[in-house]
Amino acid sequence: MNAVFNLDITFSALADPTRRAILARLARGEATVLELAKPFEMTQPAISQHLKVLEDAGLVTTRVEGTRRPRRLARAGIDAMDQWIAMLRKALERNYDRLDEVLAGMENEKTGGKK
Amino acid sequence: MSKLTLKTEGDTHVIVTRHFAAPPEAVYRAHTDPKLIQRWLLGPEGWTMPVCINEARPGGKFRYEWTNGKGGGFHVTGEFVELEPYSRIVHVERMHLPDPTPDNHVETRFDSDGEGTLMTMRMTLPDAQTRAAMLATGMERGMEASYVRLEGMI
Repeated sequence: MNAVFNLDITFSALADPTRRAILARLARGEATVLELAKPFEMTQPAISQHLKVLEDAGLVTTRVEGTRRPRRLARAGIDAMDQWIAMLRKALERNYDRLDEVLAGMENEKTGGKK
Repeated sequence: MSKLTLKTEGDTHVIVTRHFAAPPEAVYRAHTDPKLIQRWLLGPEGWTMPVCINEARPGGKFRYEWTNGKGGGFHVTGEFVELEPYSRIVHVERMHLPDPTPDNHVETRFDSDGEGTLMTMRMTLPDAQTRAAMLATGMERGMEASYVRLEGMI
């Protein structure tokens, strides 16, 4: 287990939308390269390359089960996904904070019109 | 305490709720009047919506175009399915990146809640893969500002 959580490697691993989508898929349960390649419409070597980057970053681990090699999220991968979801929340929150101001403005316009 | 909730449900849904200190009529108008939409539906800091077309009637179309002012941009198109002023909007939308993403079917409810409004947005994607990709894309849009914030934290 990699005790050093290298943020530079983590963020460059997460900079690719396909790799984030792979993490999001693995968040729902483990999957083999073959199972990942089909829905992403990518070749197995292409998926393997993305998985290698994610494994090197400590976000994904491989389990050995006979001839199968299912990939699953590592603890750091789960934390990284939580962090990305938090970022998405932040973008949504910025929108709705602005909407609060728009709504407050509409209320003032209405009050002003009644004068 | 944050007023926003964001959660996944089953394999294909995303549910967003938010409370607003304004009546449902005002919140509904802010979701259908282009002049109002352009003031808040902007995502990360620095993005603007120069094009906002919104035909808020059943079968009507909408088109939102965003730009970051540095050559980056994308747009969303969609159609309204049902509108119940001022309580409910059902629409279908897709992002163009530039290839269109699979349709996102969205029901937005505006329920009177004390002196304000509880908005509940329920998105339905065609499959779990599309939902994962949509969440990943949404994350990407939030990245620009988030990276700056993270750099400050590390």
